[in-house]
Amino acid sequence: MDQSLRELYQEVILDHSRHPRHFGALDNATHKADGYNPLCGDRVTIMLALDADGRVADIKFQGKGCAISQASASMMTEMLAGRTQAEAQKLMDGFLHLVKGEDAHDLSPDDREYLDVMSGLSEFPMRVKCATLAWHTFRNAVEEGKNAVDEGATDESAA
Amino acid sequence: MTAAAKITPAFDVEKVRADFPILSRQVYGKPLVYLDSGASAQKPRQVLDAMTRFAETDYANVHRGVHYLSAAATDAYEAARRTVQKFLHAAREDEIVFTKGGTEAINLVSYGFLAPRIQPGDEIVLSVMEHHSNIVPWHFLRERQGAVLKWVDVRDDGSLDIEALDAAIGPKTRLVAITHMSNVLGTVTPLREIVARAHAKNVPVLADGCQGAVHEIIDVQALDIDFYALTGHKIYGPTGIGALYAKRTHLKAMRPFNGGGEMIREVSQDIVTYADPPARFEAGTPPIIESVGLAVAMDYLMALDRAAVKAHEHDLLTYARERLRDFNWLRVIGDAPGKGAIISFEAEGMHAHDLATILDREGVAVRAGHHCAQPLMERFGVASTSRASFGLYNTRADADALVAGLSKAREILG
Repeated sequence: MDQSLRELYQEVILDHSRHPRHFGALDNATHKADGYNPLCGDRVTIMLALDADGRVADIKFQGKGCAISQASASMMTEMLAGRTQAEAQKLMDGFLHLVKGEDAHDLSPDDREYLDVMSGLSEFPMRVKCATLAWHTFRNAVEEGKNAVDEGATDESAA
Repeated sequence: MTAAAKITPAFDVEKVRADFPILSRQVYGKPLVYLDSGASAQKPRQVLDAMTRFAETDYANVHRGVHYLSAAATDAYEAARRTVQKFLHAAREDEIVFTKGGTEAINLVSYGFLAPRIQPGDEIVLSVMEHHSNIVPWHFLRERQGAVLKWVDVRDDGSLDIEALDAAIGPKTRLVAITHMSNVLGTVTPLREIVARAHAKNVPVLADGCQGAVHEIIDVQALDIDFYALTGHKIYGPTGIGALYAKRTHLKAMRPFNGGGEMIREVSQDIVTYADPPARFEAGTPPIIESVGLAVAMDYLMALDRAAVKAHEHDLLTYARERLRDFNWLRVIGDAPGKGAIISFEAEGMHAHDLATILDREGVAVRAGHHCAQPLMERFGVASTSRASFGLYNTRADADALVAGLSKAREILG
């Protein structure tokens, strides 16, 4: 068995994809965005509620996609709850570095450990967009005036 | 069942494989099993060598210079046109327009032929199994000129419902645009019958032959078809070139698409007059080296016993299809009688991209996604499928590798 495949599809990832956390609609959402990956047709909707301090009070997602995209969305919602937008941005930057095999120094040791199961993605560059779809959609949800992520669109900040 | 079984003595697949250098390479330390010829086919050494040889000995721009090489290149380019003519059994060489691919060929018909004839409410009939390249050019006419797209469904097995198609052709229909072979389902459409039904109502027919030209023997005169579009890179030739066959009367009536050099008769400050077809539709420097490659690819196919090639591909389809029946968690989409060697499927609990990633690590290249056929995905209620598409160089061993890879995927993801 190809070791890199085992690392990519390890039990934690498969568990998140089969039993995604925070899956469903969020009735009191203050921010919402749809994401779409035209390469595979995967869709994700991120709904979140920011509290008065700008923290993510609640977050949920819906959508269909591959194991990587579902697990990534599930893990993202687990991590983002309770964080400020600035903290979320830092986490996202670290995540993007991690999955691209770059130095993820911006991740705290705890976050790095939690996300370690995603580090195998760096061996699969064609699949990185599967993992980043939820994160980019989250970013667009919190940024006013943006409500649609399209992984096929030209977006220098997305890559 | 054994992988080595060879049922078509008229076709020696090992001899053919030896012509395709890339098939001997490995990926991730495993032999390449290339099952993505429907997206783009590999090229035989003969094609690659001919292009290099031409570029090294006879290359210059065409139809321009008076010098030796310009004449040699022009001869080669026009000879390539005659090869395409022969391949399609067209009556005249000037019914062949070189394009940069199948997409451009269809867009040329949309812009040059149909657009000037479209009034708001006029209809274009097409099937739900069209590739986006045979959908979006017609959407342009819907958006810009108020054309109406009339969609013809396929049956659950992926076959075309000819009666539904016939019923969709009405007094306002200006064109039937239909694939010759679905790139997702493998369904081969009955072009002769379609043309007969459409012509009975004075409606012209365009066939998207990007897959069909590879696997079927095309006789545009026997089909009496109006337009047939094909691309080079799926037919074991180079990228960057395709061709449109169109009846002479249509070509003469068509307005030019791109404007530039080569396509004019005369240009002044006040007016421009256009060259006769096919030059009228070949503005700018054409894909010259690629035309040589395309001709050699077609010659390569024509030198083979094409009925035997077809039998070989059919054997691969039947063999793979049978082996996949062992997987009750796998649903094949498209089982039309007489279909080509393309198998699309979805696997329970496994997304096409995860599956394709695992197969890839086993050396097996398949396509995953919507295959540029989103209306068809919608028709079958799937977001994406995995697709194994076979070419003349594939073997039963390749099908075995697919099956083994699927078992592994099930083991990891299931």
